[in-house]
Amino acid sequence: MSLALAVGLQALTGVAMLLIISLGLAVIFGMMRVINLAHGEFLMLGGYSAILAVRHGVNIWVAMLVVAPLIVGLLGALVERLVIRRLYGRMVDTMLATWGLSLALIGVVSMIFGNTVGGFSAPLGSVDVGGFYTSAYSLFLVPAASVMVGAVWLVLRRTKFGLLARGTMQNPEMASALGVATERVYAVTFAAGAALSGLAGGLIAPLSGVVPTMGTAYIAKAFITVITGGAAMLAGTLSASVLLGAVGVLATFLTTPVLGEVVLLAVAIILVRLLPHGITGRFFRRAL
Amino acid sequence: MSRRNAIEIVTAALLAAVVALVLPRVAELFVLINATVFVSMAILALSLALIWGFGGILCFGQTAFFGLGGYAYAVTALNLGESTYAVPIALAVPALAALALGYFMFYGRISDVYIGAITLTVSLILFNFANSTAGDQWHIGEAPLGGFNGIPSTPQLNIPGDPDATLSPQAIFVVAVICLASCYILSKLVLASRFGRIVVAIRENEARAELLGYDARRYKLGIFTVGGLIGGLAGILFANCVFVSPTMFSLFYSGQVIIWVMVGGVGTLFGPIVGAMLLQGLTTWAGTLPGINPNAILGVILMLAVLLMPTGLLPGATAVLGRLRRGIAP
Repeated sequence: MSLALAVGLQALTGVAMLLIISLGLAVIFGMMRVINLAHGEFLMLGGYSAILAVRHGVNIWVAMLVVAPLIVGLLGALVERLVIRRLYGRMVDTMLATWGLSLALIGVVSMIFGNTVGGFSAPLGSVDVGGFYTSAYSLFLVPAASVMVGAVWLVLRRTKFGLLARGTMQNPEMASALGVATERVYAVTFAAGAALSGLAGGLIAPLSGVVPTMGTAYIAKAFITVITGGAAMLAGTLSASVLLGAVGVLATFLTTPVLGEVVLLAVAIILVRLLPHGITGRFFRRAL
Repeated sequence: MSRRNAIEIVTAALLAAVVALVLPRVAELFVLINATVFVSMAILALSLALIWGFGGILCFGQTAFFGLGGYAYAVTALNLGESTYAVPIALAVPALAALALGYFMFYGRISDVYIGAITLTVSLILFNFANSTAGDQWHIGEAPLGGFNGIPSTPQLNIPGDPDATLSPQAIFVVAVICLASCYILSKLVLASRFGRIVVAIRENEARAELLGYDARRYKLGIFTVGGLIGGLAGILFANCVFVSPTMFSLFYSGQVIIWVMVGGVGTLFGPIVGAMLLQGLTTWAGTLPGINPNAILGVILMLAVLLMPTGLLPGATAVLGRLRRGIAP
């Protein structure tokens, strides 16, 4: 019984983790049809921002939840201005340019910080779940992921900017004709997506440690989760995270962590084949 | 076949002959082995140039076929003790993998970004899997898979049918150059054929090609399989001058191949070959500089290439030359 509980909790944190690392990518893809292949490096920079802030005496929570998203959000605004803006509507070219950005960021960060693992220990200690000890911090990821998704939903549904952004997403020409500054909407959306990635990087830093190449471990998983989710970014990413996260954790439990990852990716490929427009191409079509 | 094509093929053959005859006589062993690596990279670039530039299929995981070719070669050669049958098997494995993956994707009508996601994921799965094969329980016949370390004892090619006649590094270089030239000529011939022209037509406008009665899925599958085969050949040659390891599947290599083709020029065959050589040279050189990470340079080059020169080096240079020839200075 307690084993089932422990595995259940594992699955829950696995889902939360997948959701956290995918959300920034999902917002940018869902709103702008831009695949940001530097997403993994945005996570990495979020992690480094948090570490540096902690080393300079900033409170650990402030470092993870405020400093990391702020810095990466600013970087996102810069990248949008310099690179993404020139390539709107050219999906493949944006993918290539952001891949270049990803390599460049890996290179520059390796030159500055070296190829060593940095990190800080997770706060909150451990808790006893029916005889199994687990890190309380990894459980904290579940409410954190819920708050992140909830916040995105609230902004899109309940604010004026959200309304304009959704309008721009549905029909950019029409929105522009009605006087919406679509360029500004795109810029803010990209920066917000980057900030979410930075936040994700800050949140996973205590668990995974931070290396310049850490992004490559996450980008494919985030990418395939968003693609499996399909057009509706929140419902899609949520349902894909639940499905893939649960499958991944179960497979990890039954075999090894590496094979668990392999099973997760294989299931995602089969899902894309069966539902070529993603989960939300078939189900929850009217969801956000 | 057009006259221009014939001239290009003859030039390529002559160039290859000169390089294969001259370089092994003048270059040191270290340089020669490095040159063989460069040639194998150029073949890999050619394989992506074919399916991306002409098939319009952006494959983010071309290294899957590169790695499969290398691993299939090493495993078969270790089991048989020689390379006579290892080479055909190592060509068949990636070609069949491309056939299976392509059937899965194209007959599922998956397109664009989804193909990118799937191919990237497949190479990542192979990377993860190859990395997890450390330990004695992971072996295929006589060949240990070796996990992260790969198979350091990858055997060298030998003259077919004669296990004792192992090729020297000089001979392997010559074989690699011949392979590159043959692949280039083969690709040219494929593109000049009816099949190749239909593939290009599908790249230009899939719906129109289908309305004209061509089954786009079959032609895409065909060119994708040829690309997988050539990618596998690159893997065999790479295995012969380095050794096979999971890094052959890595995201770093998949990214590099795309950069080579992008910088060389999507939609050309010669451009990516030049791109691969130039950038591989640049990476090697940058790796020797103190305090510089080659990734930073490569990444900036890719970004600049996409932003400033989306057609690539070769078409860009050709356009400038054309304008000069017509007397209109750029």
